Amino acid sequence: MADTQRPLSPHIQVYKWQVQMVSSILHRATGIALAVGSLLVVCGLLQLAAGEDGFNHFKSVIGSPVGMVLLIGWSWALFYHLCNGIRHLLQDAGLGYEIPQFVRSSWLSLAGSIALTVLVWAYVLTAGGAA
Amino acid sequence: MSAPDSVVKDRRNPLKIARGLGSSQSGVGHWWTQRLTAAALVLLGVWFVVTVLCLLHADYTTARAAVAKPWNALLLIAFMLTMFWHAVLGLQVVIEDYVHVRWKEVVLLAAIKFLAVLGALASVLAVLRIALTP
Repeated sequence: MADTQRPLSPHIQVYKWQVQMVSSILHRATGIALAVGSLLVVCGLLQLAAGEDGFNHFKSVIGSPVGMVLLIGWSWALFYHLCNGIRHLLQDAGLGYEIPQFVRSSWLSLAGSIALTVLVWAYVLTAGGAA
Repeated sequence: MSAPDSVVKDRRNPLKIARGLGSSQSGVGHWWTQRLTAAALVLLGVWFVVTVLCLLHADYTTARAAVAKPWNALLLIAFMLTMFWHAVLGLQVVIEDYVHVRWKEVVLLAAIKFLAVLGALASVLAVLRIALTP
């Protein structure tokens, strides 16, 4: 709480940036982004249930340039949260706690998420443009 | 004994004061449910991405027919419910960590739960409407 008199941890600027910090912060950030993105999926389902006009309108919105940029962002967020989520589940099982392993798996989550995003969007774009 | 006055006046057994504070055996529930929904979402999430990619250029009729398939309808509802559940558990931790004004914290915690329940119900209704109307 804000009004307690506990000592504060050293200021964030004192820390040297490490990949584990990035992977941890990104897990939260992508989680929040995905929670917002879930509303888009609900919109899509409601429009599909509402009828053809609604569905076509939804398709044109997510197929627009802004829609595509958001979709690329959300797809990366999903793949990052997925990769790093699996990493956290393995850590919960007690695996990969040695510092070199911890650093390596951080990089793996990041690289894996970017690879999956590139793969999926290469497929989307070669299969003929927007959804 | 150099205990403060308030403690000296309190005739209750210290255990009586301590009981009921902290996790009281329910603390692991949040943690465990978050992991269980995460494990489910690894499978459901991959299924969802593959299904959406298969429907890449689908028109209205194709998309509706795909969602109406029993297995797809079932998995889609499972995905949406698990996802909103996992989202609430995750957002709850973020709010508890970063929102330090008590009333704002409580309002936000209630708001994400209301929103998630609404979103989950809306998804279920939409999928059922697609699956059950010919």
